[in-house]
Amino acid sequence: MPEPASPFDDLAQQHEAAQLGMWAFLATEILFFGVLFTGYTVMRLLWPDAFVAGSRHTDLPLGAIETGVLLTSSFTAAWALQAVKRSRPREAGWLLLFTATMGVAFLGIHGAEYRHDYLSGVIPGIRYDEVGDNAPREALFFVLYYVTTGFHALHVLIGVVLLCILARLAFRGDFLPENHAPLEVGTLYWHLVDIVWIFVFPLYYQVGRA
Amino acid sequence: MHRAESSYLTEGSTLASWLTTHDHKRIAILYAVAITFFFFLGGIAAALIRLELATPHGDLMSADTYNKTFTFHGVVMVWFFLIPSIPNTLGNFLLPLMIGARDVAFPRLNLFSWYLYLLGGLFTVTCLLLGGVDTGWTFYTPFSTLFSNTHVVLAVVGVFIVGFSSILTGLNFIVTIHTLRTEGMTWLRLPLFVWSMYGVSLVMMLATPVLAMTLSLLAIERLTGVGIFDPSLGGDPLLFQHFFWFYSHPAVYIMVLPSMGVVSELITASVRRKIFGYRFMVYSIIGIAVVGFLVWGHHMFVAGQSMYASIVFSILSFIIAVPSAIKVFNWTATLYKGDITFGAPMIYALGFVGLFMLGGLTGLFLAATALDVNLTDTYFVVAHFHYIMVGGAVMAYLGGIHFWWPKITGRLYSEGWARFAAILMFLGFNLTFFPQFLAGAEGMPRRYYRYPDEYALLNVLSSAGAVLLAASYLLPVGYLLWSMRFGERAGPDPWGAKGLEWETASPPPSHNFERPPVVTDGPYAYVHP
Amino acid sequence: MKTQAWAFVALLALLLLSVWLAELRLGALNVVASLAIAAAKAGIVVMVFMNLRQGHPSTRLALVCGLAWVGIMMALTLGDFLSRVSVAAH
Repeated sequence: MPEPASPFDDLAQQHEAAQLGMWAFLATEILFFGVLFTGYTVMRLLWPDAFVAGSRHTDLPLGAIETGVLLTSSFTAAWALQAVKRSRPREAGWLLLFTATMGVAFLGIHGAEYRHDYLSGVIPGIRYDEVGDNAPREALFFVLYYVTTGFHALHVLIGVVLLCILARLAFRGDFLPENHAPLEVGTLYWHLVDIVWIFVFPLYYQVGRA
Repeated sequence: MHRAESSYLTEGSTLASWLTTHDHKRIAILYAVAITFFFFLGGIAAALIRLELATPHGDLMSADTYNKTFTFHGVVMVWFFLIPSIPNTLGNFLLPLMIGARDVAFPRLNLFSWYLYLLGGLFTVTCLLLGGVDTGWTFYTPFSTLFSNTHVVLAVVGVFIVGFSSILTGLNFIVTIHTLRTEGMTWLRLPLFVWSMYGVSLVMMLATPVLAMTLSLLAIERLTGVGIFDPSLGGDPLLFQHFFWFYSHPAVYIMVLPSMGVVSELITASVRRKIFGYRFMVYSIIGIAVVGFLVWGHHMFVAGQSMYASIVFSILSFIIAVPSAIKVFNWTATLYKGDITFGAPMIYALGFVGLFMLGGLTGLFLAATALDVNLTDTYFVVAHFHYIMVGGAVMAYLGGIHFWWPKITGRLYSEGWARFAAILMFLGFNLTFFPQFLAGAEGMPRRYYRYPDEYALLNVLSSAGAVLLAASYLLPVGYLLWSMRFGERAGPDPWGAKGLEWETASPPPSHNFERPPVVTDGPYAYVHP
Repeated sequence: MKTQAWAFVALLALLLLSVWLAELRLGALNVVASLAIAAAKAGIVVMVFMNLRQGHPSTRLALVCGLAWVGIMMALTLGDFLSRVSVAAH
């Protein structure tokens, strides 16, 4: 039977602490991104046409593929947790590696989008070639788009590192069916990254497509 | 035996043993040292401000330097002293002791947040050394993004980093209170100090991420010239103010909730009575923490906010006075028929109640939209928030430091000196800030380095008070340090106070308790009814 | 494991639905539909993948607080922007 860490009396207490700690952290993340979503709502109400025009520049099929990639990765992360609960740590290890690969794929596709944006000059402050009366307003859409997806990509990057560490622990046999708090906490984080994107997709890729 | 053979203080005496410690009590000391440094740094800035304002003419510094001085004073005092003051020192030290735990839930995270604090401080000090920043602590756009020629980004990065230190502390405390309460320590047996730590952690965690993202947007806007907050590009500077005050108004409660917790402990111990209306005290802590998030718009009455929004924010601001008043009434009712001893902690606590009440009542003046139009950006506002932050929070912090000093160090301080310093602080504080109410009511605007001659008398009084105030801050440094070496040894419970922290040795052993305590009774179980 | 697999299928179906709906001319309903679908997806992830129901009650409190506080921020900020009277109108 594994021993609980320093301030805890038993594993159940330690498990509750890890779980609550991560959920509390996720609550702070909700507020962190919440600022951007609030800013988005205000700016879109002020300049609806500019947001439609800006959104036209995003790539809906690519955005959908990215969403699919992240949803898949969330599924395999949840699967890995189930595998550990059923005493199949090696299966979990491979699933976590697959999840991390999906994360890298997401970053790759998104990087390609950024590159395309750069070439077509729609990155305010760096290269912005849009002209016309609405161009400054449209830039507001892009600013929020880059800040939101930029912070999201940073979270994905951190998540990929975490997933690789978790995969290593899984292969090493550190996770037992009754004791796997780091895995549970790590996958919770990954699901949150997925959820943020679930809202980014309709708000930035699907405006005024009809 | 007065002092246990081994305590947390004897666990290691090298610098490395302190800098790598995971013991919440040692981390509390690390914080105490660091925030004391920043308190005096911010204090020097305050002294320079009062020196400049001692005469009506700008004869000590230029307008530019003055702007940088009050900005530095604000940034340092708010983020590097007031916000971490009670939670990170007394909270870190006492929270696990009070709930009968061995440590906080995540000890390594606790140490990490201290290093984050230092890193944030490093940026802020670097910013000062490179010439400072002149936006005021509020970093209002578009001044901070378009016009200021000072080191805004550096200052903002420092605040951003220290914000994460505060988020991690809040998270650690919440998880600790939820999971590590000892046997029998039910939610409604928690001392009010622990409840106040719960409330403040809630605010830290839910407000600070908003500040972090807002300051990121500000920095991005300043560096790349994009326009979320720039009206000429379609953005809106008021959006910045909304986000900023969504954090910064609750931040006031980050400062004052812990003070309320401290004062509840101090008063009950000095009166030897149960707190009057324990449950209402708990509800009002949570009430203040929650309603504190609904009032931020009262900072924007004259900024161009919608009139209707102002009315709503004004009403909500009046509502938050209710839980605050409940607390004041309950403290007062606790005194009734009590066996009162006027030790230094009690003098600080009573000082807090009085000054907090004045600060709170003048807050109602400012929450009234019609009156606020006249008073906004005058010294009335300056006096109001100093009554809350300095009169309230600093009084309570020092009261708490005195009260738990024997627990922390195992030594008693000199009671005579301590009482003298406490009374001096109360007098000095009032002399400094009461004239500012009058100057403000007569229309003297804040943030100017010179002023018309008719305000001279009030400003001279205020500067004279600042001298007393400074002395009353320096005194405790002297006699408290002296007591660490020469003070009389304290037993486990020198005040005869109740609470788990008094049931272990002074100073406590590394693991706090010889065996985990079991709680069978509510808090403040004094014999007196 | 079965639940997780079905949840995944449902998530992909919702994704396809949202892409399809985005191209339809529904007026204001486009926004409503796409956000409702996003909320449904997030709900599935939280409930099934993140096991919210099996966790400690305190974890639900954390989630509720996070969402409620974003709600406060949005509601009161928008309250200002939506109730502003244009100066030009006078």
